[in-house]
Amino acid sequence: MQQVNSKKNIFAKKNKSNIRWCWIFMIPTLLLYLVFTAWPIFSSFYYATLKWSGLSVTKEFVGLSNFIEVAKDPYFWSAFWNSFKFMFGVVPIHLIIGLLLAVVLNNKLLKLAKVYRTLFFLPVVTTASIVGIIMIFILGADGPVNTILLSLGITDNPINWLGDPKYAMISVILISGWKNLGINMIYWLAALQSIPSELYEAAKVDGCNSRQMFRYITFPLIIPIGAVIALLNIVGSLKVFDIVKTMTNGGPFFSTDVVATYIYRYAFSSEMGLPRIGYASAAGIFFGITIIIVGFTANHFKKKIKAKSIVSQN
Amino acid sequence: MNNLKRFRIKNKKICLTHILLIIVSLVWIYPFIWMVSASFKTDDEIFAKGLNLIPKNFNFDNFIRAWNNANFEAYFFNSIVVTVCTVLLVLILSAMMGYVMGRYEFKGKKVVLGIFLASMVIPLGFTIIPIYQAIKALGLMNTRIGLILAESGGSHIIFILLFAGFFKEIPKSLEEAAIMDGCGFLRIFINIMLPLSKPIIGSVVIMQFIWTWNSFLLPLVLTLSNEGLRTLAVGLYAFKGEYVVDWTGIAAGGTISLIPIIIVFVVLQKYFVEGIAGSIKG
Repeated sequence: MQQVNSKKNIFAKKNKSNIRWCWIFMIPTLLLYLVFTAWPIFSSFYYATLKWSGLSVTKEFVGLSNFIEVAKDPYFWSAFWNSFKFMFGVVPIHLIIGLLLAVVLNNKLLKLAKVYRTLFFLPVVTTASIVGIIMIFILGADGPVNTILLSLGITDNPINWLGDPKYAMISVILISGWKNLGINMIYWLAALQSIPSELYEAAKVDGCNSRQMFRYITFPLIIPIGAVIALLNIVGSLKVFDIVKTMTNGGPFFSTDVVATYIYRYAFSSEMGLPRIGYASAAGIFFGITIIIVGFTANHFKKKIKAKSIVSQN
Repeated sequence: MNNLKRFRIKNKKICLTHILLIIVSLVWIYPFIWMVSASFKTDDEIFAKGLNLIPKNFNFDNFIRAWNNANFEAYFFNSIVVTVCTVLLVLILSAMMGYVMGRYEFKGKKVVLGIFLASMVIPLGFTIIPIYQAIKALGLMNTRIGLILAESGGSHIIFILLFAGFFKEIPKSLEEAAIMDGCGFLRIFINIMLPLSKPIIGSVVIMQFIWTWNSFLLPLVLTLSNEGLRTLAVGLYAFKGEYVVDWTGIAAGGTISLIPIIIVFVVLQKYFVEGIAGSIKG
């Protein structure tokens, strides 16, 4: 009895010191979080009410006028819609082609699947600035793409993929689709591998062919994870910056300008004269709120899909 | 007989799949093949029309020029320092936090977790201005430490959740035995929990490595006025602007910058799919 009591005592004492340790373990992360996540969120609301270059000491409080100016700027709205255009172009590529590729590479009988996986992953691990540089050549007037198109007689003149406003957005979408397909393929592979193999064995016994298996087993079971992948892609593509900045810098004639490049231009670059921190913050908040709304809407559908698929599984 | 036929059909199908996959993946990595070959070419060769991928003779001048003239040595060094430090910092911090979150109950835990989860929704890219101001206020503008802290302060919440999920599953008896042996909180964490969590460590390392190595906006903004502190991603971008003529040099620089990330990826690949799988299923 006494032994049991002393054992309890040890644990009680441990418990108190453990709680202290818990907080010690959390403090560094909490500090970083405070400085680089929490504070920035709140202060960008404050910045948005200022007329401030970020360089000078003088900050003038201007209330909501930055927001009003953003709302009235046609270039902001063009960037806003371009962000959505980009999203609607890129997300289907990632979801559909990524899934196709994952289904093919998930075949256990397929040798070299790992090698293919690595090859498709190569663009993912490549910096956007390298992609930007390579693509200027690949898509250039004398580059391989135009050479092939010309020799096949598809066009008579080389297409100016990145310099012509008609084609620039499509080019950026395709390149971004190319760059990030690999990570989506991995997402889908993870989803596919979460399906218990007994289900397929049972279906085989029942005489299902591979198309039926995909239709009745694979597809319904990966839908919940698919919804997460879709959500990640939607939110991620709305935030796009690197690839646009390095490929076209928003041009030509603002045809690929997205909100992130718009904000960057006002906050950090000298293209527009003195930086306008307040104005850029207001644009950021504007768009941040849009993303949150889109995210929540998508999340709502995701939950619905999840609930539905759980019901159908039972 | 029937079996043999079926075997043949199956084999044919797999062959066809291979052929298709080889074609697609060749198209996929064509830009890289092009870049590597261009890094050996001369300026005249690179502008010659056509699809020729094999340079006339392999010369290493471009690599030497990129390394020396364009400050690539410095960019490379900066990238390595920033990436390695960020990966280590994020790894240690998220393992600590994940351990606490996954294994202990205490007042305030739910609040902390709730705040962290809520901020996942907020798009980080749009808080770049205050992050810039915070680094400036801390006097860390144009320093590697500032860049490392800003990179680590980003959203590694997903790693915390990964670790928490993993530590939760470890049986309590293991810990109790350690306590009876006189192990304290820190010893249990370092000697027992960390070694067990190797697969999670692998996937955190690879994901954070890729993110930081390729990170563009933060290093661009936080080293705006000091060229010597640029990372490879930013250096290459600026290089394009400053030395537009030297395409072969750029190709060489690009090739150099690809090497470390490919090594990391190939070495840690086996943890990678599992790690991502765990994080999106959770």
